[in-house]
Amino acid sequence: MKNPNLSTARAFYELFSSMRFAISLLSILGIASIIGTVLKQNEPYNNYVAQFGKFWFDMFEMLGLYDVYHTAWFLALLAFLVASTGLCIYRNTPIMLHELKTFREHATEKSLRAFNHQNEYAFDGSADDALKRLTAFLAARDFRYRPVAQADGATLLAAKAGSYQRLGYIFTHVAIVVICIGGLMDGNVPLKIEELLGYKAVETRDILATEVPPQSRLSPANLSFRGNMTLAEGTTGNVAFVRIRDGYLVQELPFTVTLKQFRIEHYATGQPKSFESDVEIRDPELKEPLKATISVNHPLTYKGIAIYQSDFQDGGSRLEFNIWPLRGAAHEPGKMQSNVFKDFTLGEGDDALKIELDDFRMFNILNLSADGKGKSHNVGPSVTFKVRDTQGQAREYLNYMQPLTLDGRAYFVSGMRAAQNEDFKYLRIPADGENSLGDYMRLRGVLLDPAMAPVLAKRMSGRMLEGQNANPEMIAKFESSMTHLLEAFARDGYTEVANLLEKSVPEAERDKAAEAYFKIINSAAFEGLAMSREQAGLPALEPDARAQRFVADALNSMSDLSFYGTPFYLELNGFEQRQASGFQLTRSPGKNLVYGGSVLLVLGIFAMIYLRERRIWLLIKPESQRVLFAMSSNRKNRDFENEYARYDAQLQALFKG
Amino acid sequence: MESILTNDVSQSSFFKRLTWGDWLFALALLAGAMFAYSRYADFMDVYEKGFLFSAVAVFSWLGWFFKPMRLLIVGIALLSLFGINQYQSELARANQAFFLKYLFSSQSAIMWMNVLFVLATVAYWLALLARSEFAGKVATALTWSAVLMGFVGLMVRWYESYLIAPDVGHIPISNLYEVFVLFCLITALIYLYYEGFYKTRQLGAFVMLVVSAAVIFILWYTFGREANGIQPLVPALQSYWMKIHVPANFIGYGSFSLAAMVGVAWLCAERGIFASRLPKPEVLDDFMYKSVAVGFAFFTIATILGAMWAAEAWGGYWSWDSKEVWALIVWLNYAAWLHLRLVKGLRGAILAWWAIIGLLVTSFAFIGVNMFLSGLHSYGGL
Ligand code: HEM
Repeated sequence: MKNPNLSTARAFYELFSSMRFAISLLSILGIASIIGTVLKQNEPYNNYVAQFGKFWFDMFEMLGLYDVYHTAWFLALLAFLVASTGLCIYRNTPIMLHELKTFREHATEKSLRAFNHQNEYAFDGSADDALKRLTAFLAARDFRYRPVAQADGATLLAAKAGSYQRLGYIFTHVAIVVICIGGLMDGNVPLKIEELLGYKAVETRDILATEVPPQSRLSPANLSFRGNMTLAEGTTGNVAFVRIRDGYLVQELPFTVTLKQFRIEHYATGQPKSFESDVEIRDPELKEPLKATISVNHPLTYKGIAIYQSDFQDGGSRLEFNIWPLRGAAHEPGKMQSNVFKDFTLGEGDDALKIELDDFRMFNILNLSADGKGKSHNVGPSVTFKVRDTQGQAREYLNYMQPLTLDGRAYFVSGMRAAQNEDFKYLRIPADGENSLGDYMRLRGVLLDPAMAPVLAKRMSGRMLEGQNANPEMIAKFESSMTHLLEAFARDGYTEVANLLEKSVPEAERDKAAEAYFKIINSAAFEGLAMSREQAGLPALEPDARAQRFVADALNSMSDLSFYGTPFYLELNGFEQRQASGFQLTRSPGKNLVYGGSVLLVLGIFAMIYLRERRIWLLIKPESQRVLFAMSSNRKNRDFENEYARYDAQLQALFKG
Repeated sequence: MESILTNDVSQSSFFKRLTWGDWLFALALLAGAMFAYSRYADFMDVYEKGFLFSAVAVFSWLGWFFKPMRLLIVGIALLSLFGINQYQSELARANQAFFLKYLFSSQSAIMWMNVLFVLATVAYWLALLARSEFAGKVATALTWSAVLMGFVGLMVRWYESYLIAPDVGHIPISNLYEVFVLFCLITALIYLYYEGFYKTRQLGAFVMLVVSAAVIFILWYTFGREANGIQPLVPALQSYWMKIHVPANFIGYGSFSLAAMVGVAWLCAERGIFASRLPKPEVLDDFMYKSVAVGFAFFTIATILGAMWAAEAWGGYWSWDSKEVWALIVWLNYAAWLHLRLVKGLRGAILAWWAIIGLLVTSFAFIGVNMFLSGLHSYGGL
């Protein structure tokens, strides 16, 4: 009686080693891996929440869709594939090897006649002669043969060629297994298991590497990992961070890495050409530090750990600012200096503002031509920072250090946005004759300070009404309306002036009045500029076209100040750049397996495609003086048909001769 | 008669059958390589030196194995050198010098390639519909000349890139425009080989449809997107790996497209469309298998090379990047195809359909990924 368990085991074996099973696995694997390409992997989790909503987020997280390729179920699929292929090999290899060796010399005349590629020829002369010719015939076609004497005195030549095709099968499939095993070794399977058993736990808090608890640390002995390390110039690191799902693990390294210098080179067009890091590796086992330069496509490997250039950022550059007031009469800049990633506070009490310096960029490749057709070029350094009020509301700013030339004139440009997802709105401040902010700020001090309005009005009246002997009340009237107008502008630029128009001028005359107001404000501004320069002890400007433009631009940007949002302008006027370089560190012992397997795979595939196993039998029958020719191949295809036809013809010719 | 015993003409060893022309050709290639080495060795790293001389072996073998290649390669060399010479190391001459403006500047040469491929397609259809031997011959000639102009275009473009600036110079297989040209050329070449092998011109009508589709893309990319300019390489692409990874990939893509179009032909024949004009089903079937097999072999190599490159550039031989994943899917798809044919001995309709769907999958891996998915391969983007 047969054992049921045995037969079920047998059934499993049959299933696993079957092609159907393999093909199904291949298809499932293919489909599963598509997920990871449509759903962005390893994003910060709150992005996913925002995208799918709580319910689906949890659903997907349960399925591990945010890191599909490292989920238990995906790895299990791979394991199945390995098992299935392995069994398939176990099952087929003996057959293949046997096929590789055997000449099938036990074929009988009867079995040969059953072939659908066979023919028979008569020969005259001795059987030995025929045998000689036929062996020569086979040898000339690279067939190996074995003569077998038959009971009835006949001789069978059993021949074959291209047997190594069989190795192709073994090679390809062993290769698959080897590659998968290598992959699983590097696919942090060991870590997965430790995690399942609770030995390791992902750290999600944003804390110092040194404070990360042991169950979130990996020892230098860890066989395989893939982590990141960011070093500012001049700093040293001895750990890498392994990102996992919404957290990380700390991988301790058997050495320290010091970043000496990071370099970016640019093409003439401005695109980056190379990222290079000069590093020093220190290790008790080294007499002196190992110096090396790491760049994209040129990693450094030390103690089986490969260090790659992966990205870069600012490393806390030291920045110097002029802080220009944008409110009130004051027009002298305060000085401030700080570092990227640090912050400082301006003002106190409820209107204290925290300035958070986020980034400094040495190069900005912009295309400033109006139609966008012109060439892009480097417009020099820029700084991005946030200004946060006591309620925690923040606006983000992007200030360029040097004036940008826009349609032929130079402006200090500062972008502002209230939220990350908005575009920057730009404030353009015209640069003065010295390419500085001085004139603008002085003028601002005069025009945007309501207290100054009467003073300016007086100077204006003095200038405009002199000569034409105007009576006092007329002058007073002129000055008061002038003061009104300037106060309006001081409050909120042209918008406020527009309101004034609404109120005080009847519909019909507004356009003319507006024009007049505009002229007056301009000349008042000009007056103010002259006045502020006097006070600053600077020579007067002659009112040429350039000065006119400057004043007009200045007035425009002043009316924009209300949207700008902060009561000061940060002018970057000095820096000491400090960059940080991002490295990826990997140790992948599986790599050699994978590469070895790959070579095997290629060899195998070529063997399968380009070697064709063919067998020939020639049965030489002395008494009937006939030769029976039969041919077969494990791949019945066109090439085989042609070859058979050719040999058939040649043999006929051979024996007719 | 006795010769039958000593050798089998069509089987005797490869080298015995080489003519002096073959050896001359190989020598010419070697001489070219030597010259290049003597002039430019200082600008090549050890791998590129290796490639230079391996190229001699590879192209010699190609020329021996597929004789018309010898003439093609010589033609490419001569015309490219002529074009390069016309530049007198001044990029501006591209639209001044007569020969450059109208023939051999990369833009013009590639434009000629486009035109010739479209004409070839038309001619192949004429040949098929009118059963015209002559039209067929013309079609083949047009295809060859298109391939010639295309390669000349790429060669000259390679040179032009160095004229822009020495540090910008690079092999022109680095962006979508360039690889589409490469795709047309390789697909056409593989087809031309089988055209000779099976002594049939009828399939050109089908295969050239894919090539023409690619040509249309190139035209759109040139005039619609003005994306045909030479761009400097992002750091990740500055690697000798590109020189082998990309071509291997496109031999794969090319053969897969070929297989798919033969599949289309097979299905047409089965439904009695052109049945009397097309080769016998078993020929089509064999054609389909051979091109899938070749494609599979080279695609495997390409993927492996890609993994090795990734290991060097990104720090891991496999990052499950979209492009990698889709390469895997393509590979698994054809592995399944081969199993069905080799193991289950399947033939005919199913395999034909499978090959066609395979082409859709492949096209997505080729273009779709760059268009719709994000990933490390983003530089190939549209
Ligand atoms: C990861 C899964 C597998 C992959 C990627 C794979 C791949 C391949 C490849 C590339 C070929 C060669 C096709 C050619 O000639 O180019 C092949 C052939 C073959 N495979 Fe698989 N295979 C896999 C699993 C299996 C399994 C599980 C079996 C078990 C039945 C199997 C049985 C065969 C057989 C019998 C051949 C044909 C050998 C011959 O006739 O020479 N394969 N496979």
